[in-house]
Amino acid sequence: MNRIAAYVIRDLLRSRWTIAYLLFYLIVGYAVLFLSGDISRSLVTFLQIVLILTPLIGSIFGVMYYYTSRDFMELLLAQPMPRRSIFLGQWMGVGVSLGFSLLVGLGIPFLTYGALYEADKGPFILLLALGVALGFIFTGIALITGLITDNRIKGFGASLMIWLLLAVIYDGIFLILLMQFRDYPLEKFALIATLLNPIDLSRVILLLQLDISALLGYTGAVFQQFLGTQTGVLVAAGMLTLWLLLPAALIRRLARKRDF
Amino acid sequence: MCPSCPISSLRAAIERAAAHDTIYLAAGRYFEHDLLIRKPLTIIGPREAIIDGQNKGGVFQVSADSFTLKGIAIRNVSFSELEENSAITLLRCTHYHLEDLHIDSVYFGILVENSDSGVVRNCVIRSSTSGTDEATMGNGIHLWKCENALIADNYVTGMRDGIYFEFVQHSTIERNVSKGNLRYGLHFMFSNHDVYRNNRFENNGAGVAVMFSRNIEMYGNTFIHNWGNNAYGLLLKEIYDGVIQHNHFIRNTVAVQNEGSVRIRYEENDFYFNGWAVNYMGGAYDNYFHHNNFVGNTFEVSYFGRPNNNRFEENYWSKYNGYDLNRDGLGDVPHYPVDLFTYLAHEVNESIILLRSLFVTLLSFAEKVAPVLTPDDIYDPTPLMNLWHWSDSTTSTSALAH
Amino acid sequence: MALVRFHHIHKRFGPLEVLRGISVDILEGQRTAILGPNGSGKTTLIKTLLGMVIPDRGEVLFKGQSVIGKYLYRQEMVYMPQIAIFPHNLTVKELIALVPRLRRQPAHPDPLIERFEVHHFLEKRMNELSGGMKQKVNLVLAFMFDVPLLILDEPTNGLDPIATIELKKLMEEETHKGKTIIFSSHLMEFVQHMAQRIVFLLEGHIYFEGTIEALLHSTETASVEAAVAQLMKQSHAQTQPA
Repeated sequence: MNRIAAYVIRDLLRSRWTIAYLLFYLIVGYAVLFLSGDISRSLVTFLQIVLILTPLIGSIFGVMYYYTSRDFMELLLAQPMPRRSIFLGQWMGVGVSLGFSLLVGLGIPFLTYGALYEADKGPFILLLALGVALGFIFTGIALITGLITDNRIKGFGASLMIWLLLAVIYDGIFLILLMQFRDYPLEKFALIATLLNPIDLSRVILLLQLDISALLGYTGAVFQQFLGTQTGVLVAAGMLTLWLLLPAALIRRLARKRDF
Repeated sequence: MCPSCPISSLRAAIERAAAHDTIYLAAGRYFEHDLLIRKPLTIIGPREAIIDGQNKGGVFQVSADSFTLKGIAIRNVSFSELEENSAITLLRCTHYHLEDLHIDSVYFGILVENSDSGVVRNCVIRSSTSGTDEATMGNGIHLWKCENALIADNYVTGMRDGIYFEFVQHSTIERNVSKGNLRYGLHFMFSNHDVYRNNRFENNGAGVAVMFSRNIEMYGNTFIHNWGNNAYGLLLKEIYDGVIQHNHFIRNTVAVQNEGSVRIRYEENDFYFNGWAVNYMGGAYDNYFHHNNFVGNTFEVSYFGRPNNNRFEENYWSKYNGYDLNRDGLGDVPHYPVDLFTYLAHEVNESIILLRSLFVTLLSFAEKVAPVLTPDDIYDPTPLMNLWHWSDSTTSTSALAH
Repeated sequence: MALVRFHHIHKRFGPLEVLRGISVDILEGQRTAILGPNGSGKTTLIKTLLGMVIPDRGEVLFKGQSVIGKYLYRQEMVYMPQIAIFPHNLTVKELIALVPRLRRQPAHPDPLIERFEVHHFLEKRMNELSGGMKQKVNLVLAFMFDVPLLILDEPTNGLDPIATIELKKLMEEETHKGKTIIFSSHLMEFVQHMAQRIVFLLEGHIYFEGTIEALLHSTETASVEAAVAQLMKQSHAQTQPA
């Protein structure tokens, strides 16, 4: 697995897409910090950008890389190495290089600005960590769609649909349900619905770290109380880990059964 | 008198003094509590003259005309379940004058009841034993059933309410700083025809509350960073006929929270970077917003129900994205400050958990393109294209800098 | 002796039954050509040996051991795919260095680089190469390992005549060293020169299996090309009796 991951990382770090992605973060990072001049307020902007982009780019890039390296993967499959290493390695490789772009692209602006402003680095580090995790989760899902269908258009479409589902439609349904059942106590439902979606969970974890959490009011207090406890932190971390293990298990399973 | 003078006890000095006498305190520490004053007196000392209440009760209890206390320091008045122990209690006084006092570590600071025509000026009141329990903390400057009071240039911090008015008429509060108090920076109850201007309310538990009052004028105050769950810059509850002008509301969870307000004029106020700039919980009639600046607020106005003649005219809204073809400085299409997510968050509180989600961002965008979803009862027909610059003449920055 | 044994292999892709009970032995030290028209299941059969296609039923044995679900046995074989598309960003040199690292096996690319004149474009990236150049790199990658079994899918694709002659020589040299070669080709002349044994697949069945001589004898023809044509005619007559 490490051999493949190392190869994929080396391959991708030279790819202009990785570099474009990194530069995008670099430019956006400096632009936002420059325009707001205030780290704590720009964090909310970064949060929105990272929560949209890392899953989206993970979905697109994961499936794109799968299909373009499909033939090379066949060459690898003929080599003496287990299939799971090839595909988990590919996942690792794509996830790490996307994570690298995020860490460097946003890290540099933050470090150079952070040296100027004595800001709390905790939320920013958490933002980067969650961004990397989301990148992994959606790259994994993209890889699964690739493994399920050889039809590039279908695979691409499915990967984007899953992203759309978790990034947008889920929240739409969430909101409709909240409206529909407004006469019932909804905190528990809101908490569970948030925990189940990795993008929502990441967003709420981060919001609770920021000033803006005050706007969440009573609802936020319920979340804060839950996520403030040891159980809450464990459940949140557990849910994200589950979202990482799920693709891993599916990739292994699909890789074992599939024909190439 | 002084600690080593022939008269070393303030209690003795007060007993010996004749009406309208003046007692001069030299620097030093005086251990006194429950000093009863029943005659007109003036007590003056430097800041180094410290009266230590030793946490045994109140310090001054005055019921007299023309009582003046100036310059000295008072400390150590502790919480009591039975009495509102305070550094200075004035009961049925007229023409009182309290100035340049340093009051520290007290339960109540200055307590004035049933008194008329007085001044509290340039005092510093703080409680260094900053508590977190409202029940065991007292207010900084507390007036009850008073008239014609002037509260000016004071600095109050670490108390329950910074300044508290109940049944107080025709009084003025100006250039005070009320900061870091557990509950309200300023708290009005059942008080009519009062003015407060050029005060600064910062980082208080819940900001300023004006309740059950009429004809209150609020000019040039700064409400800054009253931030937290259920915190606001200004709470208006059952208020009739007020003017709110030249105030700065900066980074408050809710800048102005309305729970019943009628005929309030908002002129030339700045609402910057608040969670909600103006939040209505119902019972709002005939409020008028004119020439205010709304910049960078997450929610501009939260208002639902019939318009009830609440009107907005010629305000600047940073969220406005209309155009001005005839270049008269006014947008050619109205601005609807109540957006869909504001409505949703108002209808079901839990939906606020979707704050900053992509769905809500897309919803707001869709709404701008096709505003069919926007509640359209409340709107500004003539939004300003540029910030409204008002002259800050009534607002001076001379509020105490401590 | 059979190095590879396919035993009652069945494979279906959706509605398409590609292999219908294939049983055949690949003899050690021999060059075996797997022939058949397009879609007859040649590549699928090869891929079951490589573990890239998992049979629905049946067994693939390599040196008497089942290969299904295993991977270490592949240390003893190399595969040269029909269309090799390599990562675009790598240079030829990097690719030649990469594959031995992935296989964790020593390689001897230098004589092959010289032989196929790959040194002219060693520093070029794979996406800058022509089809013939890519095929040469493909050959280097396949022949640089010292393994007992070579599987070559259409090795002559895009090769110029000089390189084709070199390839033929190379295949003969490898057999002299005792290696086994399985290959497919649509060039019947190449097959006639290089194959010692023929496996002819048609519609998922083995239609013929044996030496070239046996093939020519049974079809009463003089060339593999004619023999194959004859076999196909026969099958046509069988499936459409009238």
